[in-house]
Amino acid sequence: MLGKGVVGGGGGTKAPKPSFVSYVRPEEIHTNEKEVTEKEVTLHLLPGEQLLCEASTVLKYVQEDSCQRGIYGKLVCTDFKIAFLGDDESALDNDETQFKNKVIGENDITLHCVDQIYGVFDEKKKPLFGQLKKYPEKLIIHCKDLRVFHFGLRYTKEEEVKRIVSGIIHHTQAPKLLKRLFLFSYATAAQNNTATDPKNHTVMFDTLKDWCWELERTKGNVKYKAVSVNEGYKVSDRLPAYFVVPTPLPEEDVRCFQGRGIPIWCWSCHNGCALLKMSALPKEQDDGLLQIQKSFLDGIYKTVHRPPYEIVKTEDLSSNFLSLQDIQTAYSKFKQLFLIDNSTEFWDTDIKWFSLLESSSWLDIIRRCLKKAIEITECLEAQNMNVLLLEENASDLCCLLSSLVQVMMDPHCRTRVGFQSLVQKEWIMGGHCFLDRCNHLRQSDKEEVPVFLLFLDCVWQLAHQHPPAFDFTETYLTVLSDSLYIPIFSTFFFNSPHQKDTNMGRESQDTQSKPLNLLTVWDWSVQFEPKAQMLLKNPLYVEKPKLDKGQRKGTRFKHQRQLSLPLTQSKSSPKRGFFREETDHLIKNLLGKRISKLINSSDELQDNFREFYESWHSKPTDYHGLLLPHIEGPEIKVWAQRYLRWIPEAQILGGGRVATMSKLLEMMEEVEHLQEKIDERHHSQGALPAEAPSLLRSSARLSSLFPFALLQRHSSKPVLPTSGWKALGDEEDLAKREDEFVDLGDV
Amino acid sequence: MASAPTSKYNSHSLENESIKRGTFFILIDKEVIYICPFNGPIKGRVYITNYRLYLRSLETDSALILDVPLGVISRIEKMGGATSRGENSYGLDITCKVRDSVLSYEGHSRRDMFEILTRYAFPLAHSLPIFAFLNEEKFNVDGWMVYNPVEEYRRQGLPNHHWRITFINKCYELCDTYPALLVVPYRASDDDLRRVATFRSRNRIPVLSWIHPENKTVIVRCSQPLVGMSGKRNKDDEKYLDVIRETNRQISKLTIYDARPNVNAVANKATGGGYESDDAYHNAELFFLDIHNIHVMRESLKKVKDIVYPNVEESHWLSSLESTHWLEHIKLVLTGAIQVADKVSSGKSSVLVHCSDGWDRTAQLTSLAMLMLDSYYRSIEGFEILVQKEWISFGHKFASFPTAFEFNERFLITILDHLYSCRFGTFLYNCESVREKQKVTERTVSLWSLINSNKDKFKNPFYTKEINRVLYPVASMRHLELWVNYYIRWNPRIKQQQPNPVEQRYVELLALRDEYIQRLEELQLASSAKLSDPSPSPSSPSQMMPHVHTHF
Repeated sequence: MLGKGVVGGGGGTKAPKPSFVSYVRPEEIHTNEKEVTEKEVTLHLLPGEQLLCEASTVLKYVQEDSCQRGIYGKLVCTDFKIAFLGDDESALDNDETQFKNKVIGENDITLHCVDQIYGVFDEKKKPLFGQLKKYPEKLIIHCKDLRVFHFGLRYTKEEEVKRIVSGIIHHTQAPKLLKRLFLFSYATAAQNNTATDPKNHTVMFDTLKDWCWELERTKGNVKYKAVSVNEGYKVSDRLPAYFVVPTPLPEEDVRCFQGRGIPIWCWSCHNGCALLKMSALPKEQDDGLLQIQKSFLDGIYKTVHRPPYEIVKTEDLSSNFLSLQDIQTAYSKFKQLFLIDNSTEFWDTDIKWFSLLESSSWLDIIRRCLKKAIEITECLEAQNMNVLLLEENASDLCCLLSSLVQVMMDPHCRTRVGFQSLVQKEWIMGGHCFLDRCNHLRQSDKEEVPVFLLFLDCVWQLAHQHPPAFDFTETYLTVLSDSLYIPIFSTFFFNSPHQKDTNMGRESQDTQSKPLNLLTVWDWSVQFEPKAQMLLKNPLYVEKPKLDKGQRKGTRFKHQRQLSLPLTQSKSSPKRGFFREETDHLIKNLLGKRISKLINSSDELQDNFREFYESWHSKPTDYHGLLLPHIEGPEIKVWAQRYLRWIPEAQILGGGRVATMSKLLEMMEEVEHLQEKIDERHHSQGALPAEAPSLLRSSARLSSLFPFALLQRHSSKPVLPTSGWKALGDEEDLAKREDEFVDLGDV
Repeated sequence: MASAPTSKYNSHSLENESIKRGTFFILIDKEVIYICPFNGPIKGRVYITNYRLYLRSLETDSALILDVPLGVISRIEKMGGATSRGENSYGLDITCKVRDSVLSYEGHSRRDMFEILTRYAFPLAHSLPIFAFLNEEKFNVDGWMVYNPVEEYRRQGLPNHHWRITFINKCYELCDTYPALLVVPYRASDDDLRRVATFRSRNRIPVLSWIHPENKTVIVRCSQPLVGMSGKRNKDDEKYLDVIRETNRQISKLTIYDARPNVNAVANKATGGGYESDDAYHNAELFFLDIHNIHVMRESLKKVKDIVYPNVEESHWLSSLESTHWLEHIKLVLTGAIQVADKVSSGKSSVLVHCSDGWDRTAQLTSLAMLMLDSYYRSIEGFEILVQKEWISFGHKFASFPTAFEFNERFLITILDHLYSCRFGTFLYNCESVREKQKVTERTVSLWSLINSNKDKFKNPFYTKEINRVLYPVASMRHLELWVNYYIRWNPRIKQQQPNPVEQRYVELLALRDEYIQRLEELQLASSAKLSDPSPSPSSPSQMMPHVHTHF
């Protein structure tokens, strides 16, 4: 076995003692340096990609079966990625590797994906930044997709260590200019590579036509119009070139405050109610200016309060909801739970897992977002009100909530094309500052807030609770979240459409050639082969049966009926009120403390929200209609595939939902195959077609974290905890009691 | 008072009720107000039979809102009375095991109801027979036939050269809490067994539970040795364990897993118990598995009840769940079972498991380990045998292997429900000797009769039979979840999608496949017939055969 130093011994089968550590430090084991040879693995460079520095004889640690192995190879840093080139046999001959990313290899880390770099000095882990005086013996890289890489530098030449470590630190941590993004070098070099189907029918919302189409689709065109007042970004560089406003709104109003204070249309509900957003007017001290602002807003509200417009409910997201700071703090705590260095750390944190999880508040933030989205949905759907989302720039929580509401209310947004169009509409054209929120340029850590990831996690909760409702899989959501850090797609590398357009335009003038052809992330063929793309499609999803035109009207009506729930007025039964009185004295007299808890909970029921929420959940789900999430404690879960996928201890071989899904796929194939056979019989064609190869064939032992999971050895060894029991506290007394002879029949 | 005939109430008797014979009496039939923990007060009509209490709403489409077997009731209390202001409010507070407590209110004559409920919910205290002895349900399968110890041991290849079946406990004189038939080492004589019994708590000597089909290592269960403070030794016991070790010709030591935490095992010495010391048992290696006793577990389960009833915690769900320690207990039991299974499966050594009496924790460990090791126990019948043989109280942690079990969640929930219902004889009494004395198999119906005569309802369509596949769950909190469908099933706010859409789709596909296979066969027949009769087929194939994607 060339280039492979086995440096760890497994101990997984030993009984756990409190002091037992299953992780053997490779440094403690003598390695014969003569055996250290490297198998040449060629560096694959993208068009425009340049090698910056490299180091040889680097030891990459591989975690498996609660012990560590090392693989020798070369560590390189380019202007696009950090890559380890080694002979990693584990990656070969495997089902999992069929889900390969064509752009990012298993051992590649794009510069934007690097989160934190640590060095190990005399067994102590310290974060690395800036100029180093001393170079570490080991480099630990934490990635934004939650991978953790350990690179041993003990056998690397000193000058190479210096070069690679300072190179990596500089290129991942030093502030960058937008122009220096790899995106531009790539686009210039790959100018002639035109993708086959660049958009996959995704509506980009960069033309007036796209907005008109969306208005028509949602029947919003009765009360709203698409405007081109911001063409060439003459009015505002925060707004897209084209957008939609209430029909009677004069275009001058848009110009008044550079598009601030204007209700901008997001989406129309089947009952005509609309979801609108507005960015706040600039904060003024001067009374005169405030007066002007006030009368301007009055005018605006008059326009949208008049019939045919419904009553507007304003949701001020800047003051009454989560702050970006909350989200940032929660996620930075949350992600630490998954950036695990070794098996010992995994088991040490296991006992306290639930309280650690809760103290991060990430799941609670998800719940609050989902709850807010249900509230907005209730206003639109049951109360027939327009909802106006208000936020300072209308580009963070506005994007999150408006798109979440649409995912819940508009089944089109649950198809892949619809979802991608939604992201284009609300996030890309909505001016979400991806560049700042992802901190791509490393200019300000304060601005880095995972708002988009929060949205994806909310969608995952919905998809997880209602598996047949989405056209795409959780794998799709996971790779979409990974794509945030791949700087060959323009989608997530600008703060606004204005920024994108201006940067592309100038470039084209300089070189006197046609404008740069930037890739969009929606062209999944850039990252995945067709076979791998199959895993992005949910086999449980059933398209809504299409009916011919004559029938459509009728079903549309029926569909609406299904969607609209009884109005709250008719629902609250007067009988209950009367009845309550009748039982009041009974409750007071009879049932002291114990029942008061119960009665409070039924008071809560009067709430519109509860009524709407519970009434929806008590009916069978129409996957092509309104979709609401469960938000009770046990229902909000950790998105295991995204967050736990690189931790070997966290996977269950042959288990998880993956196991039933692969059975389902097998059965679908079998049925299809039978169908073909029957068709052939009828057409009396002799030869049978070759069986289509399946990604999931013979897949009884897939990992529960398929298609990711780093551990690919499919070992038959069980994973055993290495940490013991937490203090029992008040149960100590019971623990000391003798066992008794218990008969369950009369406990 | 006791026996109004059923016929009068037929219209009210439960639609899906299978208890029809003359054993079923309506005792009470009254209008009451039920204070629903989730939806507040509801007017309803309560019916109490000698088997159950059920309540139909008089408000909303006469839905059945309560249905509890009386056996589940653990406490009944009178509440309220006439107040000084002359208001009459009388009520009964009924608390149930497992399930949440229930409150019911009745106008004036609560005394009747109280007395009747008390009598029938606690029949033994009122010298009434347990309902299971009155139940005359008939099923087309006799569940008592499911478990035949001789056959089960034969399936495992026993007896063999090293293990024999002994009838020393035929009349339960060696150990009154053990079954009549035991499997012990061939080289140990019945006299040896008697001597060993004196050194094991409640005479529960080490006996075989399971043998690995290939490497012949075994799982043996027993109770703690009676070492006591003075550190007593027993040569026969030491020799006996060595004989067990030698049965698979392993040179390695015998592994002893003491399920208890180390400190508890030490503390047990004070009451005459203890554990196998290194000095006395040279050829054995002892590990403690840190599993807590039944009192701790019960307390923990009580806390689970508190956090899910009547309201489920929202934002502090996770820390409340953690503070119950319930999943921690499960983690430890699973971890222990994985170690037992791994030791045996890898052929490293035979394993002896005990706790104090070898009653609760030992049964949990051995049955879970067997479930991991032997795919037979993952089938419906195999699991029934395992329950009958080893006594087991839970199994849902295997939900992480959705294709490995023949049975579904409903099967497990049904078993748990009837643990307390007293409708079947399966879980009555403590041990075989008493069950035999009470003639349980003759006088009661087995739960397995109900299940096996209706097996389809309890089958997991995804089940893939994989013989010799050892299942290793990951005993990490990151994978453990509270069994919501069991513990929180009464809460209307936590309503799981039933049936599960993935399962539903799969079942549809299965039906479609069978249909296609049948059509294909017909076509084959038709085409061979066509050779002799060349008349054209009546309909075009594409019309007959909708394509898969339009079909569902």
